[in-house]
Amino acid sequence: MQTSTTLAAANAVRFYDNGDHHPQQGTLLGFWVYLMSDCLIFAVLFAVYAVLGRGYAAGPSGADLFNLPLVAANTALLLFSSVTYGLAMIGMQHGHKKAVLSWLAITGVFGLGFLSLELYEFSHLIHEGAGPQRSAFLSSFFTLVGTHGLHVTFGTIWLVTLMFQVGRFGLTTENKRRLMCLSMFWHFLDVIWIGVFTFVYLMGVLP
Amino acid sequence: MSEHLNATDDHGGYHASVKGYLTGFLLSVVLTAIPFWLVMAKVLPTSGITALVILGFAAVQIVVHMVYFLHMNTRVEGGWSMLALLFTAVLVMIMLSGSIWVMYHLNTNMMPVHDMTEMRNMP
Repeated sequence: MQTSTTLAAANAVRFYDNGDHHPQQGTLLGFWVYLMSDCLIFAVLFAVYAVLGRGYAAGPSGADLFNLPLVAANTALLLFSSVTYGLAMIGMQHGHKKAVLSWLAITGVFGLGFLSLELYEFSHLIHEGAGPQRSAFLSSFFTLVGTHGLHVTFGTIWLVTLMFQVGRFGLTTENKRRLMCLSMFWHFLDVIWIGVFTFVYLMGVLP
Repeated sequence: MSEHLNATDDHGGYHASVKGYLTGFLLSVVLTAIPFWLVMAKVLPTSGITALVILGFAAVQIVVHMVYFLHMNTRVEGGWSMLALLFTAVLVMIMLSGSIWVMYHLNTNMMPVHDMTEMRNMP
């Protein structure tokens, strides 16, 4: 009541949208919400693994199969890639296109290294007869770790795409927005990996 | 809030610094190395204690990643990111604990502890 009187007295149109709202905000928040829904997918897969993870069907267990030094190497690769992506973001903030491209390339190499190690691990397991069809444990293991690996694969494809975008069009507003989205995606995958190496690999080899 | 957004014009509240990333990296290295060491060197007496400790380390490391890599705080997007995160965390907790709880009891109750030939006498 008082407000409307004041407004009438001021006899002016009030714009509540004073232009502060950044056009990128919607995308970044929306992407964050997408990541949260992705988080739910992983939570479901973790729950499945928690329920089925000890169903060995008289087959091999995690202690028999998991190669912890390999997992440690994978963890290190993903952690390094997170930091190098962060450095790409800092290059972006300073407007250094060359720095962004180099750090993105290094991040991509780490991502590919992670994927190669994971594919090596998977093919090794399948070759040993411990494929996803062997037991409930292995089905849930391949589903959970494979879904994470699939995310890293698509993240890497996205990263290469963005390198072409940035190389061609420079650090435009759109490209910066895309880089920030991929940044969230990439760091998010590293967060999921913390759960994977702790819950699946480390706890899997405990007697 | 508006000042904050204008100050960082292109970054939408994104404050990355080399120092932040290096801090996060060093913390992550320590928080990753200790669980691997605990499991590989079999430091703790029982599996149960080891599992609890490494889950604790994982939880701390997730927070470290959220703060130093994802730059999560209550101010990003006017608090909506944090709200979405907390909502998701609550959902995840309900779903994980609920599934594990229910399925654990289901497994326990479905165990064929009795002689299954008795089943033919069931009504």
